[in-house]
Amino acid sequence: MEAAMDLMRRMPPKQSQTALSSLLALLPEHSQELLSRVDQPLEVLCDVESGKEFLLCDYNRDGDSHRSPWSNKYHPPLDDGCQPSADLRKLEVEANDVFAVYRDQYYEGGISSVYMWEPDEGEGFASCFLIKKDGSKSGQGRRGYLQEGLWDAIHVIEVGAEDEGTARYRLTSTVMLSLTTSDTDAGTFNLSGSITRQMILDLAVSEGHLCNMGRMIEEMEGKLRNSLDQVYFGKTKEMVFSLRRPPDMMQQQQDNLLVNYSH
Amino acid sequence: MLHSPEIPDSFYLGFVFSLCIFGAAMAEQKQSEPEELSKKQRKEIAKWFLINSPPGEIQYVAKDVESLLMDEHVYEMAVSEAFPLYNKTHMICLEMPNRSGEVLITAFGELDGSHYLDPRNAQVATVDHVKQVCSMVRPATDDELPSSYVEEFRGALDAELVRYISEAYPKGICSVYCISRKDAEGPGSDFELVAVISAGKHSPQNFCNGSWRSVWRIEFKDELQLVELIGKIEVDAHYFEEGNVQLDTNHECKDSTIFQLAEECAVSLANIIRHHESEYIAALEASYSNLPDTTFKDLRRKLPVTRTLFPWHNTLQFSLTRDLTKELGIGN
Repeated sequence: MEAAMDLMRRMPPKQSQTALSSLLALLPEHSQELLSRVDQPLEVLCDVESGKEFLLCDYNRDGDSHRSPWSNKYHPPLDDGCQPSADLRKLEVEANDVFAVYRDQYYEGGISSVYMWEPDEGEGFASCFLIKKDGSKSGQGRRGYLQEGLWDAIHVIEVGAEDEGTARYRLTSTVMLSLTTSDTDAGTFNLSGSITRQMILDLAVSEGHLCNMGRMIEEMEGKLRNSLDQVYFGKTKEMVFSLRRPPDMMQQQQDNLLVNYSH
Repeated sequence: MLHSPEIPDSFYLGFVFSLCIFGAAMAEQKQSEPEELSKKQRKEIAKWFLINSPPGEIQYVAKDVESLLMDEHVYEMAVSEAFPLYNKTHMICLEMPNRSGEVLITAFGELDGSHYLDPRNAQVATVDHVKQVCSMVRPATDDELPSSYVEEFRGALDAELVRYISEAYPKGICSVYCISRKDAEGPGSDFELVAVISAGKHSPQNFCNGSWRSVWRIEFKDELQLVELIGKIEVDAHYFEEGNVQLDTNHECKDSTIFQLAEECAVSLANIIRHHESEYIAALEASYSNLPDTTFKDLRRKLPVTRTLFPWHNTLQFSLTRDLTKELGIGN
């Protein structure tokens, strides 16, 4: 499995679906583990009742059907699909509504879904907050810079039992993104990749779980965006400029070489 | 793109998806003996991973593939087919024994599967693709080399390019090959050269690798007294410390100059190449500086339009998004 995960870190992110399919074909006995450890861009279905789109993941899947957060119904329909309890469903509904507004504020479009469930054993509950954005100029990119722009965020939060007014929140976030610009001067420029981070906080429950979870996600997304931009993209930029000198440095080098030759 | 893989990606994708659905279905049904993939299928999958390795990483990928395959025979077949393709696509540079210099492994200089021409020193290197080493070097024979007429142009351009890359590339290697009509005897003949520049930087301890590859096809058209260039530049980078982010860029450009004497042509061609490549690196710099505030914004803003964090605590007081929408001024 470690060899498989190492391969996923090396294969081009844009080919991550092919890479995962290849691993599944080679290691069918590990398919459960591969599917849960390797993140993939989110797929979309349309809820027939509300006409709204929702995102698919393992947490809203039962067999071959997926549960819509809007109607709480499975697509394709199931008689006895897994459902959250009535209380949890109430929180789930509110989370979906509020998260949709959050999503709109930061992403100016896109699709979001929140799913909640109780663990098989123990107290507390778990949730996943999903966002998918197509920022390409043919999609929902407001400024038209991107030929192709994809952002998929998966945030899974485990909430522990309440203990003297506080609860432990364990967040695991993965962002997968791909952006491509293309023009006659610069050709095609594509940056793509994925990173995963974790955050554990003990927070007072006085303002409610949604507030705590929301704030954690917002902080995490900000950190991931910055990290991608400054560290990850920054390192690739550093690499490019270590391969070839920019024009102003070339003159300097030319002078250096002339000095050397004249000795 | 500079490379043409043996298997078109779309075909490979279809092949693997069908295997995956098959394999996953088998696993779900929990049959005790899932049907085995054929050796050929396993080899093809292994090859795909190897060929798609980032610059400088094929040996690491090979180790992973070997442990996943658990079949030395299939592994040997896969590496023997994949490494030559990868080495040529990535234009790797190998040291020749006896301090004879370096040789670039490219399709343009390939004499046969394991012999590559070094035109600068008129040598032929014998190469072990899987080990990525040059085991032997011998002088080239006359028919492996271009005619003296073509060599005038090739050699002059090579010398100019060596000068250029010493200014522009901290660790670049170049080579110029004749890929068409190398037997052209004198004026009145057309011929084609290709100039190749390859610069790679590998820092696995820093989880970072990258490469710059330019391929300039240069057609000498005698009747038109014109020399036409088509350049393809590809820059890749991979940073993978607790993550996996890759840069993949490519650019194509065209230019031309008049057909002059060898020395003059060389200077003119090298200037054209220098000009386009300098412009390209400047364009890359611009693409990067646009990222944080412009390009990235189309994916996700740094902050909402309100320039404040999202008011999660207020949401408890509002019943549905309608009130929130008014509050936050969405749709204005």
